[in-house]
Amino acid sequence: MTDVKVKKEFSIGAFMGSILRHQIFIPAAALVILLLINLVGDFFKDSSFFTISLLHNSAGNPVLSGNLISVLDFGSELAILAIGMTLVTAATGGQDISVGATIAIAGSVVLRIVCGADGVAYSVSPGTLILAFGAACVVAMICGAFNGVLVAIFRIQPMIATLILFTAGRSIASWINGGALPRVNAESFTYFAGFIPGIPIPTPFFVAVGCIIIIAIVLKVTNLGLYTQAVGINESSSKLNGINPVSIKILSFVILGLCVAVCGLLKVSRASGITYSVIAKDIEMDAILAVALGGNALSGGKFNMTASIMGAYVIQMLTTTLYRFEVEPDALPAYKAIVVIVLVVISAPTVREKAKSLWTKMTKGQKKVKEVA
Amino acid sequence: MKKRIFALALVASMILAVTACGKKEPADAGSDLIKVGIINNDPNESGYRTANDKSMKEQFTKANGYEATFKYSLKNDEQIAYAQKMIQDEVDYLLLSAADTSGWDSVLKDAKDAGIKVILFDRTVDASEDLYVASVVSDMAKEGKTAVDWLKGQKLSEYKIIHLQGVMGSAAQIGRSGALNDAVTSEGWTMVQQQTAEWSSDKAQEIVQAVIDAGTDFNVIYAENDDMAKGAVAALDKAGITHGTAEGAKVVVMGFDCNKWALEELLAGNWNYDGQCNPFQAGDIHKIIQKLEKGETIAEKTIILDEKGFDAATITQADVDKYGI
Amino acid sequence: MKDDRTILEMKNIHKSFPGVRALQAVDFSLCEGEIHALMGENGAGKSTLIKVLTGVYEKDEGQIFLKGHEKAVVIRSPQDAQKLGISTVYQEITLCPNLSVAENMYIGRTKGATVGWSKMNKDADKILESLDIPAKATQQLASCSIAVQQMVAIARAVDMDCKVLILDEPTSSLDEQEVQKLFKLMRDLKSRGVGIIFVTHFLDQVYEVCDKITVLRDGQLVGEFEIKDLPRVQLVAKMLGKEFDDTSEIKNTELVYGGDDASQCVFEAKDLASNVGIKPFDFYIKKGEVNGFTGLLGSGRSESVRAIFGADKVISGTVKKNGKNIKISKPLDAMKNGIAYLPEDRKRDGIIGDLSVRDNIILALQVLKGFFRPFSKAQANKFADEYIKLLDIKTASKDTPIKSLSGGNQQKVILARWLLTHPEYLILDEPTRGIDIGTKTEIQKLVLKLASEGMAVTFISSETDEMVRTCSRLVVMRDRKVVGELSGEDVNQNMIMSTIAGGDKE
Repeated sequence: MTDVKVKKEFSIGAFMGSILRHQIFIPAAALVILLLINLVGDFFKDSSFFTISLLHNSAGNPVLSGNLISVLDFGSELAILAIGMTLVTAATGGQDISVGATIAIAGSVVLRIVCGADGVAYSVSPGTLILAFGAACVVAMICGAFNGVLVAIFRIQPMIATLILFTAGRSIASWINGGALPRVNAESFTYFAGFIPGIPIPTPFFVAVGCIIIIAIVLKVTNLGLYTQAVGINESSSKLNGINPVSIKILSFVILGLCVAVCGLLKVSRASGITYSVIAKDIEMDAILAVALGGNALSGGKFNMTASIMGAYVIQMLTTTLYRFEVEPDALPAYKAIVVIVLVVISAPTVREKAKSLWTKMTKGQKKVKEVA
Repeated sequence: MKKRIFALALVASMILAVTACGKKEPADAGSDLIKVGIINNDPNESGYRTANDKSMKEQFTKANGYEATFKYSLKNDEQIAYAQKMIQDEVDYLLLSAADTSGWDSVLKDAKDAGIKVILFDRTVDASEDLYVASVVSDMAKEGKTAVDWLKGQKLSEYKIIHLQGVMGSAAQIGRSGALNDAVTSEGWTMVQQQTAEWSSDKAQEIVQAVIDAGTDFNVIYAENDDMAKGAVAALDKAGITHGTAEGAKVVVMGFDCNKWALEELLAGNWNYDGQCNPFQAGDIHKIIQKLEKGETIAEKTIILDEKGFDAATITQADVDKYGI
Repeated sequence: MKDDRTILEMKNIHKSFPGVRALQAVDFSLCEGEIHALMGENGAGKSTLIKVLTGVYEKDEGQIFLKGHEKAVVIRSPQDAQKLGISTVYQEITLCPNLSVAENMYIGRTKGATVGWSKMNKDADKILESLDIPAKATQQLASCSIAVQQMVAIARAVDMDCKVLILDEPTSSLDEQEVQKLFKLMRDLKSRGVGIIFVTHFLDQVYEVCDKITVLRDGQLVGEFEIKDLPRVQLVAKMLGKEFDDTSEIKNTELVYGGDDASQCVFEAKDLASNVGIKPFDFYIKKGEVNGFTGLLGSGRSESVRAIFGADKVISGTVKKNGKNIKISKPLDAMKNGIAYLPEDRKRDGIIGDLSVRDNIILALQVLKGFFRPFSKAQANKFADEYIKLLDIKTASKDTPIKSLSGGNQQKVILARWLLTHPEYLILDEPTRGIDIGTKTEIQKLVLKLASEGMAVTFISSETDEMVRTCSRLVVMRDRKVVGELSGEDVNQNMIMSTIAGGDKE
C-alpha cells in the first residue's frame, strides 16, 4: 500500500520536474497567473474579464468583443515580431533594436503607394494594396539585410549595428512621404486591423496565426531551426560542418524584416495613417522581452518559437490587465517593469536550473519522510 | 581589421549622409541678410511640428531677407550644443523651441553676452526673462480651459469621462490634463478611466477597448491629441457605440491640434470638438524681428498665440481650410 | 587526520546527479609536499571529486577535513575553497588575456578601491622570479605562451597562500619543453610543502613527477598507491577495471593497397597553402591508407589538414580527388567530395554544445543533404541510435545535450557525425586528446578497421607512440613546413624525434 503511494509521489515529482524543465513552463505559468489575477479581480468589478460578447460595429457587422479578444487582437504585432526576433537572437546572440523604426519605414512605404502623391486615399484597390504590401516587404527585407550584413560580415554587435536604423529609421520613413502625414479614408483599408465584414474575429489575429503557421511550416520543411541554433551556439563548429554562418545570420534578419513589413501594414491599417515618431514606438523592447519571457537565452543558441510567441501574448495580457485595473498613468511603466523583472528572472535558465534542483531535493525529502513513516 | 575599418567608414558615411539631408547651407550669404539660427524639435514628431517647421521654413527665406540655419533635436543637450555652435557662428537671432524647459540659463547668457537676440517660440523655458527678447508661445493650460469650458457648456445630464493623456510630463499633457482635472473636482464629474496613451492612436484604441470590455458606461472622450481621439473612435466604431453630433449619439469626442483630417471629422459630425494648438508662430516672429531691426521696442515680451476651439456644430469648410494643419 | 603530514582528507564522499551516481563513498587524502595523481577514465568521477572539493558542486554526503581545522570544513563555493587555501588551475586558462600578468595575479584580491600599481608589479615580479617563471609583471598575459599563462595561474594560486593546489589537465596543450618547465615548478612547490593534486591522462607524466596515485573507476575508489608499487601495466588495468589488455596488441596493419601507383590516390595536393602561414606542401593519400602529420605543437600539422578541408582560406595549390581536379574553397566543398574532418579543438570547433547528441550526429549529413530537405525525426533518431550503438556512446539519451557528455563520448559523437557521411577520406586531428585510455584504444582500433575497409585516413596525435601504432606513413613537420616523410620501417619513435629535431635535408 505504502509502496504504491511512494511510487506515485515520485512519479508526480518527476512529472513536475519535467514540466519545470520545459521552456514553455514560464510563459504558460505567467499566462495562468495573469488569468487568475483577473479571475480574482472579477469579484471587485462589475463585469467579468472573461466575458465575450457579440456586438455589431458601426458598419453593422458582427464583431466579438471582450478582454480576451482584445489580447489576441492587440498582441498580434508583438507575436509576429517575436518570430523574427527569436531567430535573430538565436543566430546572432544579439537583438535588433531597429524594428520600431523599420515598421515606420514599412508603414510609410505602404501609405506612399496607397495614397500616392496626394497624401489621401478614399479608395484602395486590391491591386494597389498587394503592390504596396509587396513594396513594404522588399524595403523591410532590405533594411533587415543591411542590419544582417553589418552584423554577419562586418561583425558589428547587433545592438550597435541596428542602432543606425533605430536612429535614422523614422526620419527615413518621413522622407519617403516627403514629410507629409498621409492617411487613408477607405473602409476596406481598416479590414487588416479591424474586422472583415461578416467575420466576428479581429483580422490581426488571423494574420498572426497565418505568420505562426508559416514559420511552423518553414521550421518543419527546412533546416532553418537546426542551422540557426548551430550557428548561435558554435559558429566555428557550424562552419566546419559546411554551414555558412554569414548567410544564416543575414537570413534571420531578412525574415525579421518580413515580420516587420506585416506589422507595418497592421499598424498603418489600425491608424488609417501614420505618425512617424509615435508609430510602433518602443515595440522593439517588447519584442525582445517576449523572447526573454519565452525563456530563450538572449545570448543566442537554442530557441523555442512557441515560448517566444506565448511571451508576446503574456506582455499583451499584462498591458490589458493593467488597463483593466485602472493603474495610475504615472505608475504604469513601473508596474510593468516590476512584473517584467519578476518574469524575466524566473524564466532565466539559471533560475530554472535552481528551481529544478530545489524540487528534486524537496521530493527526495518527502520520499525519505514517507520511507521513515 | 580591414573589414572593421571599412564598416566604420560605411557607418560614418551613412551618418553623414543622413545629417547632410537635414542641413542646407546657403551658398553665399549676402551681407544684408539677417542671420537666424533656428533650433526646433524633430519635424517628424507630430503633424503639429511638421506644420510648424514648414511655416518657419517658408517665412525665413532669402526672399524675405533671412539667412536661416535649421537644427532639430528632441533632446535638450543636443539642442544646447546646437545653440552653442550658433553663438560661435555669430547669428543675429536665435530662435528656440526647447525640448525641455530647464538647463538653458548659461547658454542663453552666452548668447546675450555675444549680442545675440533670443526669441523663444512654441514653448517657454525656465530662465530669467531678460535673457530673451521675446517669446511667442502656446498656452496649453488655456487650450485645456477653452476645451473644458466648451464641455461644461454642453450641459450633459451626466459626465462620465475617458481621459486619454499624452506622454506624461510633457507641456501639452500637463496643460491639457490640468484643466480637466480641475473641472472634474469642481463640477463633480466622473473620471471613468484616466490613462496615458503616449500620443499613440493604437494605445488609445487599446485603452478605450479595455473600458468597453469592462462594460463601464461613459459618454465623453477627452483625448489630448487628434491621433488618440482617432484611436478612441476606432474602438467605439468597433463596438458599435455612436459618437459625434448625430441624433442620439452617445459619446462626445474631443481632440486637440486641429489636424486638417481631424477638422474634417468634425465637419462630418463624427467628432464634437477640436482644440487648436497654433503652430504658426513664424509670422509673429518675423514682425518682432522687423521691429527690432528698425530699432523699435516690443510692447509685450510674451505673445500668446490666439488659439481657438472648434465645435462640430459651427465649423465650416473655410475653417477647415484655414486652420487645418 | 591520519598523521601530521596529512593536509587534506575527504571521507565517504557521495554525489549523485539525476540518473547518475557520480561518486560513491570515495575517500581521498593528500599530504604536505606531495604530488598526488588522480587517475581514472572519463566518467570515473575525477572532475566531480575536484568540483566537490572546490565548492562547485555540493556533496550529498561525506566530510572534508583540512589541517588546522578541528572540525570538518564547509565548502559551498570556489571562494570558500580559496579562503581555505585550496586553489585550482584548469586546463582552459581562466585568466583575462587582455590584462597584464600582475593584474591577473591580483585581480579580485586587492582590498579597497585603490591599487598600488608599482607595489603590485614589484610583488608580482618577485613571485615570478622566485618560481622561475619567464614572464614580466607588466607584460600582457596574451603575449605569453600557453604554458607561461598556466604558470601565471599557478603563481596566482601560490601567492594566495594555497596549501592544496589542484592542476586539472594542465599539460594537455603544452609541448614537451613546456611540460618540463611546469614540472620543475611543481617540484619547487612540492619542496615548499604544497600538496598538489595532479589530474592528467598522460601516464608518462604521472610516473615522472608524482609520488602517489589514487585511482577512481565508475564513481568508486579503486585504491591509493605509492608510485613505486604500481607498474604502468597495473595502473592501466586498474583504470580499465580488467586484466591488462595490452594496447600494443593493435599492430600496424599492412597497407591493404600498396604500391606507388598514383591512380590509387584518393586525394592529392600540390603546393597547397592557406592564409595562416604554412609553407606550400605536397601531399597524397591512397585508398585504405592511414597516414599522419606529426611534429611539435605549432609545427603546422593542424593547419595543413585544415587547408586540405578548406577550413582556412586556401591561397595556393591544386587538389585532385581520385585523379580529377577539384576545387575546395570552403568546408562544404570538401564534404561534397567525400572528405571529413574531425577538428583538433573539440570544444571550439567540434561540438555544438547545447544541441542534442542526435542533432550533433546528423549535422554534417544533414548539411550535405541540403537546407530544404531536413531528415524526418524518425530518420534522425534511427541514425542516432545506430551510431550510439556502433560507437558505444555513453549518453543518457539521444536528446541529451552533447555538452553534458564526457570528453571521450563527445569525441565519439563527432566521429559518428563524420562516419555517417560515409567519407572516402577521413581526417582526424587529435581524436584522442583528453580522453580516457579505453576510448583511445577504441578509436585507434576503429581507425584501422575503417582503413581495412578501404577508407583513407589521416591521423594526427601529439602522442608519437600512438602515431607509430596507427600510421603506415608519416609526414613530419617543423616550423610550419614539411621536413620529411617516413614510411615502412622508419615509422618509429626514434626516427620521428630525430626528424623533428633537425638534420634538415634541404
